Amino acid sequence: MSAPPARKLQLGRVGETVQRVDAIPKVTGEFAFSSDLFAAGMLWGHTVRSPHAHARIVSIDISQAVPMPGVQAVLTHEDVPGAKHYGLEFPDQPVLAIDRVRYFGEPVALVAAEHPEQARRAASRIAVEYEPLEPIVDAERALAQEELHPNRPTSGHGYREDPRPNVVRTMVVRHGDPDAEGDVSVSGVYELGIQDQAFLGPESGLAIPDGEGGIDIYVATQWLHVDRDQVAPCLDLEPERVRIHLAGVGGAFGGREDLSMQIHGAMLALRTNRPVKIVYNRQESFVGHIHRHPARIWAEHRADRDGKLKCVRMRILLDGGAYASSSTAVTSNAASFACGPYAVENALLESTCVYTNNPPCGAMRGFGAVQTCFAGEAQMDKLAAALGVDPVELRLRNALAPGDTLPTGQKLTGSLPVAEVIRRCAAIPVPEPDGLPRDAIRLPGGSGNVTRGEGVRRGVGFAVGFKNIGYSEGFDDYTAARVRLFTDRSGGLVAEVHCAAAEVGQGVSNVLVQVARTELDIVDDVLLAPHTTATVDSAGSASASRMTWMSSGAVRLACAAVREELDRRGGSLDPGEEIDIERIYRHPRTTPLDPETGQVTGERAHVAFACAAMRVVAEVDTELGLVRVAWIGTAQDVGKALNPQAVHGQIEGGTAQGVGLALMEEIQTEDGLITNASFTDYLIPTALDMPRVVAELVEDAEPDAPYGVKGVGEPPTVVSTAAVVAALRAATGRELARVPVRPEHLAGL
Amino acid sequence: MRIELDVNGEQLEADVWAGESLLYVLRERLGLPGSKNACEQGECGSCSVLLDGELVCACLVLAAQAEGHEVVTVEGLAGAEGLHPVQAAFARAGAVQCGFCTPGLVVTTAHLLERNPDPSEDEIREALSGNLCRCTGYAKIFDAVKLAAGT
Ligand code: FES
Ligand code: FES
Repeated sequence: MSAPPARKLQLGRVGETVQRVDAIPKVTGEFAFSSDLFAAGMLWGHTVRSPHAHARIVSIDISQAVPMPGVQAVLTHEDVPGAKHYGLEFPDQPVLAIDRVRYFGEPVALVAAEHPEQARRAASRIAVEYEPLEPIVDAERALAQEELHPNRPTSGHGYREDPRPNVVRTMVVRHGDPDAEGDVSVSGVYELGIQDQAFLGPESGLAIPDGEGGIDIYVATQWLHVDRDQVAPCLDLEPERVRIHLAGVGGAFGGREDLSMQIHGAMLALRTNRPVKIVYNRQESFVGHIHRHPARIWAEHRADRDGKLKCVRMRILLDGGAYASSSTAVTSNAASFACGPYAVENALLESTCVYTNNPPCGAMRGFGAVQTCFAGEAQMDKLAAALGVDPVELRLRNALAPGDTLPTGQKLTGSLPVAEVIRRCAAIPVPEPDGLPRDAIRLPGGSGNVTRGEGVRRGVGFAVGFKNIGYSEGFDDYTAARVRLFTDRSGGLVAEVHCAAAEVGQGVSNVLVQVARTELDIVDDVLLAPHTTATVDSAGSASASRMTWMSSGAVRLACAAVREELDRRGGSLDPGEEIDIERIYRHPRTTPLDPETGQVTGERAHVAFACAAMRVVAEVDTELGLVRVAWIGTAQDVGKALNPQAVHGQIEGGTAQGVGLALMEEIQTEDGLITNASFTDYLIPTALDMPRVVAELVEDAEPDAPYGVKGVGEPPTVVSTAAVVAALRAATGRELARVPVRPEHLAGL
Repeated sequence: MRIELDVNGEQLEADVWAGESLLYVLRERLGLPGSKNACEQGECGSCSVLLDGELVCACLVLAAQAEGHEVVTVEGLAGAEGLHPVQAAFARAGAVQCGFCTPGLVVTTAHLLERNPDPSEDEIREALSGNLCRCTGYAKIFDAVKLAAGT
């Protein structure tokens, strides 16, 4: 007889392309998204929202709604059982508005009814009397207007003291001599509109009372345990009595970090003692979650004659909208990454986020680095032009490398192959232009373009971006994983992995399984338990490109412990016997940035970094102002690709979101009211808008990370907006200092 | 009112309000939530189904209008032998991330390949342009369509 194979599970280990564990149920339609859930006796919840951006609530009269057909509950702020306010980081947001509304769409009242249409009709009978107040809608003027939050929820948390009204956070990074002069100087003022995550699966979930005063909430979210910790105090329940279970998530991109229906659904369910389902429609989704911060950025770059950066000065103003969400961290990120992946001896970087009555902003893929990359890379191109140096060469001359110091004083000790990604990207051959005439589908604007392409000009742009991986500034960032080893009926050894890591589409479920298959070569099968708060400690958030790193670290630790215990027991388990071990993984500790100087107070404020370079070929019809992105090539620093197909998928999808911000995506507001809350008016890239992305993976292992892995979700989104607009500038010669670029900015050359 | 629908080859009955869309009735009354609702305005294609073999947005069709017509949803594509080739190709090519767009895209692709078994990349783009996907950037979806066309 031949020797048994060394490994029982030959396939599906770390580093291999493995089909998604949820692929089959997703292609057959069986996979249950949060909006697909059903429970016997279920009611439908509906949220009444403010039609004003800023108003005082004079009265709320529910008497007409209560007797409507099918209605089982109508609730207002008076019915919130516990804390009346919540928030991802600062509890500044009312569960239901109390005496004031601060943004368009703010929740004011709730209805539960037998049919969703009955709930909507009853909601329209709730009479809320508002006294409209002047909305604060300009971020600059907000710094001198009446305080929207007089109690200053974010002050006293170790941030820089900024006495101006409506400041969420100000961060100043002073590095070297901020007045250092160079031989050349370029400057510009840049602006970004509000981008929406526009995930396809709307906010939704099902809350089921457990009959003993507690609640189970099945919801699409990014961080189960932090949801629980926000929900429980508002329901006046101990955290264990609130169990959050991950329902199928239809995309997230930061937009599900904050709560949506969780507390509301639970309140209705506990009041009626029946399961309650809430599903937002598309319009409600646009007002029902936070967005990417719009920004205004003033930048000046000084360099010597050889193109070495001497000094970068940047002032960044972010509009955080009505509530804090994760704005304080976005503020800091914008400053931390303002100089781009370049070595700069001297810098003055000032980032301020303000409260306004505009739509609340928080996390979106790229998290502060998107905004400053757009400005910084435009500046690098201006500098290259002023010096007469090739833009790629200028970037290479300034590329950060391990051993260099960041503007925050943090020394780069890990991996950051900036020069390598630039070279690898620049080496990808750019295709020849498509000739003319050609099929209209290949013209800017597609079949809507009735010309023969005579007004088409081609431009090639290049950009580089970087950002942090993982939570920063002293946050206690950890992930728990539990592995249960047992024998199944046929005597096979099975490992069951428990981890609350939110599968939002990025493929973390595969990571969990692949790591267990890699680490436990003795098992016959690996199973994945449901993602829930009920059986395992926190996994932290599926954000900051951290989840692959953190969850693989945790599963690996738990597997090692299980393995050790199995060895101690002699290497096998009897039927009925099991090993069940939970382990917590932490990445290297970070410390806060000094509030006065923005300098590190320990070894590092950020754990690690990842970078990407991108080249874009775009064609502009200068008569019509229409654009075709013809080609995209990129090289990305990924550490180690655990599942190469999934990594490419992240790069392609992340790039598309940056293309959207460059060309079409903007939440438009009038006096704080959103005017385009639909896919008819808020456009995202379609199959006609996105070229294929030629992507090179640069694998340079991160020394502190399991398997050398880095996060891959955000760098493509950080860099692609900048790269697309660089190509448009090359095609048109225009400055294009604002995104999204509109046709009128391109037409009429 | 009571209506009778032919869905995936089965005769099903449902009590509906006159204003209910085919999408709502499939999802909430007939236990077929595979077709997704991401806009209810005909803008995203997540609800794509076949009505007498033609591709429609189920959110734009009243359930009552579908009476007497054949409806095929994503749940009806797989046969006794297993997955429909388009489904298998989407799974293999990595065309699925969050998967919310997937049922609509699978139905749209099946419809495309029915009419045009060997589409060019431009034809694929055109045919899929009514189906939004926020996760993938579409490249692996095009791969999946080509893979399915070759099988
Ligand atoms: S839900 Fe029907 S097209 Fe979007
Ligand atoms: S896979 Fe998420 S929308 Fe397409």
